[in-house]
Amino acid sequence: MSTDDPHVRHLGTRKTRDTVLAYAFLVPSAVIFVAFFFYPLYRLFYLGLYQQNRFGTAERYIGPSQYTKVLTSKDFLDGLSISGRYVLLTVPIGLVLGVMLAVSANRRLRGIKIFQTIFASTVATSVAVASVVFFVLINPQVGYFRDVSFLSLSNPNTALRGVALSSVWQNLGLTFIITLAGLQAVPEEIYEAATLDGYGPIRRFFRVTLPLISPTMMFLMVVLVVFAFQAFAQIDILTGGGPAASTQTLVWKIFNSQQPLDQGTGSVMAIGLFGITLVVTAVQFSILNRRVHYGN
Amino acid sequence: MATELNQPTWKKVAWYLALSLLSVVVLFPVYMALVRALSTPVSYVKAGQPLHPVDIQWDIFRRAWNLGDLGPKFLVSTVVTVIIVSAQLLTALLAAYAFTFLIFPFKRVLFALFMATLMLPIEVTLIPNVQTIRDLHLLNSYPGLVGPFLATAFGTFLIRQGFMGIPRDLRDASQLDGFGHLAFLRRVAIPVTRPVIASFAVISFLSAWNQYTWPRAVVTQGRWETIQIGLKSLSAAKVEESNIGLAAAILAALPILVLLIFLQRQLIRGLTAGAVKG
Repeated sequence: MSTDDPHVRHLGTRKTRDTVLAYAFLVPSAVIFVAFFFYPLYRLFYLGLYQQNRFGTAERYIGPSQYTKVLTSKDFLDGLSISGRYVLLTVPIGLVLGVMLAVSANRRLRGIKIFQTIFASTVATSVAVASVVFFVLINPQVGYFRDVSFLSLSNPNTALRGVALSSVWQNLGLTFIITLAGLQAVPEEIYEAATLDGYGPIRRFFRVTLPLISPTMMFLMVVLVVFAFQAFAQIDILTGGGPAASTQTLVWKIFNSQQPLDQGTGSVMAIGLFGITLVVTAVQFSILNRRVHYGN
Repeated sequence: MATELNQPTWKKVAWYLALSLLSVVVLFPVYMALVRALSTPVSYVKAGQPLHPVDIQWDIFRRAWNLGDLGPKFLVSTVVTVIIVSAQLLTALLAAYAFTFLIFPFKRVLFALFMATLMLPIEVTLIPNVQTIRDLHLLNSYPGLVGPFLATAFGTFLIRQGFMGIPRDLRDASQLDGFGHLAFLRRVAIPVTRPVIASFAVISFLSAWNQYTWPRAVVTQGRWETIQIGLKSLSAAKVEESNIGLAAAILAALPILVLLIFLQRQLIRGLTAGAVKG
């Protein structure tokens, strides 16, 4: 490029040009992240210190005591325990069913692709679609399973199970797809070796297959836990938080704290949820970092 | 894949039976949704809610489209999805390029900050974000519906992974050919990483089309409802109209079903790279 001396100067300008270009490339994302991720995080901590009046026109400083008050309140702990129960109702059974489907469909049979497509098919449904579909299955008045009492949406002791069932079904496709991908990554020779060693199918599954796909299972578990903690549409559509507040998860409570009067307590609850997601997604990211593949 | 080549016939038959049984279980909710969408609600309930449709109305999808006012809802969903997918592609491609191929101050810090947004799901920041949208008078508007989703750390991460797979030789060669950064991005980096970009686009489409919580929070007028939040009001309607809610739900799932059938490879690759919410 340049003829005489300034090799150094040339590098210098190129470096500046790179920096300018890099910042220009990052600005669009950065604007969104500041406006909708970092600023609201700051606002959350701020709002948590105050109580708004009914119209949001004036605020009263409460201080850090509002944090301790809310985070130990019955309201928050109830929400947390319902969210926790929701995790327990959806994650283990979802994982077991996903593995069952994936192991069944991971074999050489004519037409196996058809079964694989059927098992994957629930990824086509959104949470809202799945909820509407399950509404007519377990609806207390007109649902096909209206007499199945352990799923009843009208009983506070069972309503969360009914909601959980729709999530388990909706997540089946995703769980199946990811588990199958994990299974298919296991080299066939390993199974052959295990068979030659006299392992039966059950021992082979628990001693060979399961340990080999455990990173996949770990990843899936984290994803399902995050989904369960963020569950909202299924509750909004199926129960609206009822009956008798029995399905008011943490996110449901946060969503319903948008009136100025409730914003202070709602914000503290959101920070509680943030703490939980922080731990869970930190695990998720470290797994993601190790197992992303690219290209064909 | 497990070795099943020289299996006895009875074993194969047993597997077909097991697979068919599992298929029935997985598809049962969909089947019942179809049955109830096609049945005339009152006759169906009167007939004791059987496993087959009663008094079939073949025109239910057209009627649901009209009665449920689905046209405008599909339009809002489509516009929102198109804006989000194109914006995410653009912002993620640019950011990923900067993080892969450019050297600049605070690169590591900025990358960490970008990735930190993965820890902030919309559910956590909902209260202040809705407040922002309200203060800007953007409730019931396209900017309000898409705002928080115009950039994505997940996409940036995924595409950066793709870019990092580009061999050094290719970069050196194109530099010798006199390609600047923009030319390299357009003529080399994007074409070479097309599979990754396609997977990301499919996943982005899936989550944009299916999202619920945010539109539910920033939409207060019926005509700004996306199809997903429209399903709530449609399904909560009277028993006599339950077929309309179900027909609408089936229609709402169709675009993703098409995606699953025609772009299965991209969809599966994207889902296995990092699961998204549906």
